[in-house]
Amino acid sequence: MYTQTNTLSFSRFFRNPWFMSSAFIAFMVGLPIIAVFYLAFYPEENIWPHLIDTVLPGYVSSTLILMAGVGSLSLFMGVGSAWLVTMCKFPGRKMLEWALLLPFAVPAYVIAYVYTDLLEYAGIVQGSLREVFGWTTYKDYWFPEIRSMGGAITMMALVLYPYVYLMSRAAFLEQSMSLFSVSRNLGHTPLQSFLKVSLPVARPAIAVGLSLTLMETLNDFGTVDFFAVKTLTAGLYDTWLNMNNLGGAAQIASLMLIFVVTLIYMERFSRRKQKQFESKNQGQSLEQFQLRGIKAAAATFFCLLPVVAGFLIPICVLGYYAFLYFDVSWTSDFVSHAINSFTLSVIAAITTIVLGVALAYSKRLNAKGITSLLVRFSGLGYAMPGAVLAVGIIVPFAAFDNALDDFLRQHFGVSTGLLLSGTTFAIIFAYTVRFLAVSAGSVESSLAKVTPSMDMASRSLGRNTFSTLIRVHLPIIRGGILTAALVVFVDSMKELPATLILRPFNFETLATHVYQLASDELLEQSALASLIIVLVGIAPVIFLSRSISSSRAKR
Amino acid sequence: MKRLIPTAIALMGTTAVTSVQANEEVNVYSYRQPFLMEPIFDAFTKESGIDVNVVFAKKGLTERLKREGKNSPADLIFTVDIGRLNEVVEAGVVQGVTTPELEKNIPAQYVGPEGQWYGLTTRARVIYASKDRVAEGAITRYEDLAKPEWKGKICTRSGKHPYNVALIASMIANNGEAETEKWLTGVKNNLAQKPQGNDRAQVKAIKEGVCDLAIGNNYYYGKMLMDEEQSDWAQAVNIVFPNQADRGTHVNISGVSLTKSAPNKDNAIKLMNFLSNGPAQKIYAEQNFEYPVKPGVGPSALVASWGSFKSDTLPLTDIAKYRTLAAKLVDRTGFDN
Repeated sequence: MYTQTNTLSFSRFFRNPWFMSSAFIAFMVGLPIIAVFYLAFYPEENIWPHLIDTVLPGYVSSTLILMAGVGSLSLFMGVGSAWLVTMCKFPGRKMLEWALLLPFAVPAYVIAYVYTDLLEYAGIVQGSLREVFGWTTYKDYWFPEIRSMGGAITMMALVLYPYVYLMSRAAFLEQSMSLFSVSRNLGHTPLQSFLKVSLPVARPAIAVGLSLTLMETLNDFGTVDFFAVKTLTAGLYDTWLNMNNLGGAAQIASLMLIFVVTLIYMERFSRRKQKQFESKNQGQSLEQFQLRGIKAAAATFFCLLPVVAGFLIPICVLGYYAFLYFDVSWTSDFVSHAINSFTLSVIAAITTIVLGVALAYSKRLNAKGITSLLVRFSGLGYAMPGAVLAVGIIVPFAAFDNALDDFLRQHFGVSTGLLLSGTTFAIIFAYTVRFLAVSAGSVESSLAKVTPSMDMASRSLGRNTFSTLIRVHLPIIRGGILTAALVVFVDSMKELPATLILRPFNFETLATHVYQLASDELLEQSALASLIIVLVGIAPVIFLSRSISSSRAKR
Repeated sequence: MKRLIPTAIALMGTTAVTSVQANEEVNVYSYRQPFLMEPIFDAFTKESGIDVNVVFAKKGLTERLKREGKNSPADLIFTVDIGRLNEVVEAGVVQGVTTPELEKNIPAQYVGPEGQWYGLTTRARVIYASKDRVAEGAITRYEDLAKPEWKGKICTRSGKHPYNVALIASMIANNGEAETEKWLTGVKNNLAQKPQGNDRAQVKAIKEGVCDLAIGNNYYYGKMLMDEEQSDWAQAVNIVFPNQADRGTHVNISGVSLTKSAPNKDNAIKLMNFLSNGPAQKIYAEQNFEYPVKPGVGPSALVASWGSFKSDTLPLTDIAKYRTLAAKLVDRTGFDN
């Protein structure tokens, strides 16, 4: 009988199109990850004894310090500013609401170059100080070293806090006002209400934002390499490139994945008992506190600081260099690079949204067991360093191409060559695998707040699950979807390592173009392209930010 | 888009073309930065009418080639550093090739087994010494860098950078592992700051007074002198070719290999020949300040002004052999921490 029940439940599974589609998505997205696991079984030599004896403890501790630093700084800036612009009125709030997203369009490696240029010994800041105080050598005074752990933490937090800001703001906006009002009526101060009510309710969304920030931090290579901070990712590339040991590198990557999974699981476990739902609070708009005097000034300052440091200063430096070196750096190819970047990013954004909704929704329908595992699994791509992910994509793609080619040659005498490898499809696939976690996570945290009674009502009126999704859920979670689309678009614009390895011949994006100049430390010549990345990223940031704002309880 | 003019084909003396057909082309995977290669590729296209398509990346191209297998569109792979050249051979993704021109132009020590790679340029890993603070002749050997008198006076990029790994590998080949580990520890104790930045940044650090000595490739000196902003840095240092009284200065190469799958093999070989000939070698010398491998093609006037030097004759394959060990020594001595 046991087997029978088994087959029964299985057949029920396989009749379920939602389950089938999420299984298929998870499989496709999981391919590169499986490929990396596969590579991990074939190391050129066992690297671990050497690593453990020498550098591994250092790699692990600097990775942890970096993540803790970037995480707490991003939380502080992101959640704080999100709550202020959502719940309070103060000078500049309207503008800051979208301006706080701007640093997001600045790639981490670019901000690292800019601040190094400003703050190093030869830079303008220390140069001016020496002028003013009459110092002559670096021994005469102390100045913080930008190329350090502290520098890396600051740089990354400045461009990554918008993840936290975005997600927590979307959550605060979706929060029902009534909850907060009740808390206030019970005599809590605004701060108490924030800590006891708003924050716990927004926690799932904040956790999504934070985990995105941490994963970005974990797999960043450009910035840590530039600042000579030795993280696990740096060690991974070192094992691959300097010790000729791709298998060993894949092992480190797998270890990092396990690390990430543990992190996510711990967070989920800690709120396993929480469930909250809201119905759409029609007609009830958020009431905001009017801040005055010193409080208002403090709020403005608090929200302005990340915008100035993470966006305005880099933009001014880049703008200055772009203007100065315009003749050297402007090429007619710019337009085509920009079109390439833009097209790839738009397609990637749409793809990840569709897949993300499918995953999150099928998880909602089959909350138990296997589906949610599948959804978790398909989010892992984000935790893979880009270059490793790229190799993980090459493996199955090339295998498929060659198998198909062999088969057709044998049976039909035609050769198809490489259909998928080295095409823009491979790049879009990489972006999708990498950023699916972003969209699925964001959509999921929005969906989680829609009360199941909505589903029941809709189903009892005779709608099927698909039409319920389209007519009921999607309008409610529009904000979450737009947020996800925006994040994926901007992230894809900035993506570098996978793009470099997978691209077709003579194919450049803005990011690869910047990198080729900047890798030779030609900040001046790369400024123009960096500026264009940022500017192309800004337009959708502003547009979507407005849509998200207007998605708050409609009048 | 460069359009091929049919008359150009006729001029090239190829077979009569009955109709305008797709451009002849050659596909390149390059670990060398595009702006170094573009002038040379343009010259090649101009001369032969063959278009050059490039994918440039810093890593992963070898893996891509390996997985794409026999259907890979790539014809040639360009690499910097002997370790990388050796890597593509070991990955089994390249084939041996020989032509009278290559044989004539490229000395045997710069040719891989069965012609699986050809060196195109050489570069010397030199010591840059502050003009103001280091007396001429005060440092003459790599081994001197470990002497206690230089404590707190040396700058270098990461020990894990291929250029440094190759240098350390050459030290192992010449002095043995134990001696090299001792040397590396000595150099580490003399560092003015944690290894960071690129070769140019080390020279800049000398200019700023952070250190007095730095290790770097010779061509950066030329590049810095040519750069408005950076020429001051270069002016602050002397270039020292180490070990002239004994084995000679460590040199590394950049090179090219023909892939196993090469769909445009003929064109690829044409490009290889072209790269080994005078005009292309001249471009390498004049634009990148590297040393051409072809005997008789001199370095640029600027490079020549730094004087000629004796290079270490150790077979490059030996350096490749000790590369992994060299990388491990960097870990063991905590050089980068």
